[in-house]
Amino acid sequence: MKIAVCAKEVPDTTAEKRIDPDTGRLDRESGDKMLNEFDKYAVEQAIRLKEAGAAEEVVLVSMGPAKATDSLRQGLAMGADGLLLVSDDGLAGSDYLGTARALAKALEDVGAELVLFGAESTDGRGGVMAAAVGELMQRVWVTSANTLAVEGGNATVDRQTDEGVDTVTFALPAVVSVTKAINEPRYPSLKGIMGAKKKPQEVKGAGDLGIEGAGEAGAGTKVLGIETPPPRETGVKVKDEGDGAQQILDFLIEKKIL
Amino acid sequence: MCGVMLDPLFDTHREVRALAREVAQAEIAPRAEGWNARREVPLDAIAQLAELGLLGVTAPEEYGGAGLDVTALCVVVEEIARADVGVSVAIAAHSGLTVGPIVRFGTAEQREQLLPDLASGRRLGAYALSESDAGSDPASMRTTARREDGSWVMDGAKMWITNGGFADLFVVFARTGETGPRGISAFIAERGPGLNVGREIPKMGLHSSSTVELAFDGLRLDADRLLGEEGGGLAIALSTLDSGRIVVAAQACGIAGAALELSVEYASERSAFGGPIGRFQGVQFPLADIAARLDAARLLTLHAASLADAGLPHSAPGAKAKLVSSRLAVDAADVAVQTLGGYGYSAEFPAERLYRDAKITEIYEGTSQIQRLVIARDLLGDAARGGT
Ligand SMILES: Cc1cc2nc3c(=O)[nH]c(=O)nc-3n(C[C@H](O)[C@H](O)[C@H](O)COP(=O)(O)OP(=O)(O)OC[C@H]3O[C@@H](n4cnc5c(N)ncnc54)[C@H](O)[C@@H]3O)c2cc1C
Repeated sequence: MKIAVCAKEVPDTTAEKRIDPDTGRLDRESGDKMLNEFDKYAVEQAIRLKEAGAAEEVVLVSMGPAKATDSLRQGLAMGADGLLLVSDDGLAGSDYLGTARALAKALEDVGAELVLFGAESTDGRGGVMAAAVGELMQRVWVTSANTLAVEGGNATVDRQTDEGVDTVTFALPAVVSVTKAINEPRYPSLKGIMGAKKKPQEVKGAGDLGIEGAGEAGAGTKVLGIETPPPRETGVKVKDEGDGAQQILDFLIEKKIL
Repeated sequence: MCGVMLDPLFDTHREVRALAREVAQAEIAPRAEGWNARREVPLDAIAQLAELGLLGVTAPEEYGGAGLDVTALCVVVEEIARADVGVSVAIAAHSGLTVGPIVRFGTAEQREQLLPDLASGRRLGAYALSESDAGSDPASMRTTARREDGSWVMDGAKMWITNGGFADLFVVFARTGETGPRGISAFIAERGPGLNVGREIPKMGLHSSSTVELAFDGLRLDADRLLGEEGGGLAIALSTLDSGRIVVAAQACGIAGAALELSVEYASERSAFGGPIGRFQGVQFPLADIAARLDAARLLTLHAASLADAGLPHSAPGAKAKLVSSRLAVDAADVAVQTLGGYGYSAEFPAERLYRDAKITEIYEGTSQIQRLVIARDLLGDAARGGT
């Protein structure tokens, strides 16, 4: 079995992010980059499944600038076997749906029975990609997996919900997003880092994969403007001199909350 | 903190740095305070670094190492030093001073036999040159090794040996012939009978590092334990220190970087007279000076390392890097203590530890005077020795 892990290069979370005021997009050129923290859990889970004999191959799939291979190599250094990066100037400005369309095409090209995602990206924070790709690929999709086991063409996950934990078993092929509770990602070893350079790293354009409806042209959303949120005002302090409850009540009514 | 960081490194070195930084900050930094307070050498942390391959940075790939260069070792040591100076010197002494000379001067059999275990960190190494009466002037050493029935017998003592408390393998220098620089040879000795590991030497800082005395009491060494040529020991020692100094310079940059980061953070958060202390020029200017000197020191260090990696002469460049970086480390730690005020002087805060740890970089692998000597000889040639 082949596992594909969708992973993404994001700006260094410790660095300040910059939004280009002309395009309204995140500036992905300047500053340090890293592999999205959440994706490491998906990579780790895939490698563990491979180590346990449940899979033969782990391939990273990503969309981003050509230089993104630099960050994605960390996944190879951890133990993934290869990498397919979809990179095309025409894909810049893709919204969530466009990105999902591009990834779905790339995943069809890779042909993996199991597709893993991290819970979300530290830059976009949409957390929708696994579901969107699952729908586009017309596959079973399961989000927020705290555990993931694969046996005989079936996968079982414990998935986190607001009410508790659901245990779900489903037949592969499927798309699964994992939480940070699923494992403790390993550090890449020095040997892993050296070896990563020699692993296959393919870059394909939108045309190579027949991607349509992505990029700025295919976007169903448009950024009209960007503003920094106003600084938070200090709240009203209520001093309780016997009428504290009434003061709070008056305040909530004044704000039309009650 | 400083916007775009000065970064002349290329792919592999950046990735190695990212790994070293992540591990150092996640696994070492949070525990450093405790190790140092308890005077504990964190063998478990060293084992974890070994597992990730960080003890085999410079060992050739054929022996299980990463086959990387002095630059890579510098990058690793700088990042570890930011988190704990004692752990960084354990790596430097193992990789730079023990693996280094075995790679460069060992026979095929010695390399085959010793390097795989050293590269993987299954066995740890130490470098024993200094004696209680011979530090800056190692040619005056008193430890001897004499031939007896086809093997060597070593007698004498060594002082201040880093990693000595736990090392399995020692590169040891001893007099095998005439007095003076040409009568010294290098050996590979193993922990065992005849090699007595003495007490831990109490120190000003570097409390997570082992520093011991060694005594050789008729230690028998087979003929194949000679490293390099008989009489070639001092040349091995000095050329090992030529690149070792660059690694100490990197360690000093790590200390300075940690001190600066701490100072900047505190200056932005601490309030006095109605606002952050960072708005006072009296606080700002020392930080600006350290930041400028740190960029310069790091570039000088990487320059010296790149010369070493290219196989070019790097003795004076390495001495310059160590001279400049070690003074910077001491000054940066001083600035950190001053910026943090009472907290800077308090032992529960890292500035105080950096202040005590920084000083060693001006002493080991050649004091700052010795670095100046190396630089002056490079400038003046024979005239520096009083000749014409
Ligand atoms: C924590 C620690 C770890 C160490 N680890 C190791 C190790 O792993 N292996 C090892 O072999 N050694 C190690 N050392 C020893 C260290 O390298 C020596 O202490 C150092 O080289 C200085 O030698 P010394 O102490 O004998 O000082 P000395 O040589 O006696 O020097 C005393 C003073 O005289 C000055 N001086 C000496 N000669 C000259 C000169 N020609 N011109 C101007 N000034 C001069 C020195 O700069 C110094 O200020 C370690 C030391 C310490 C403290």
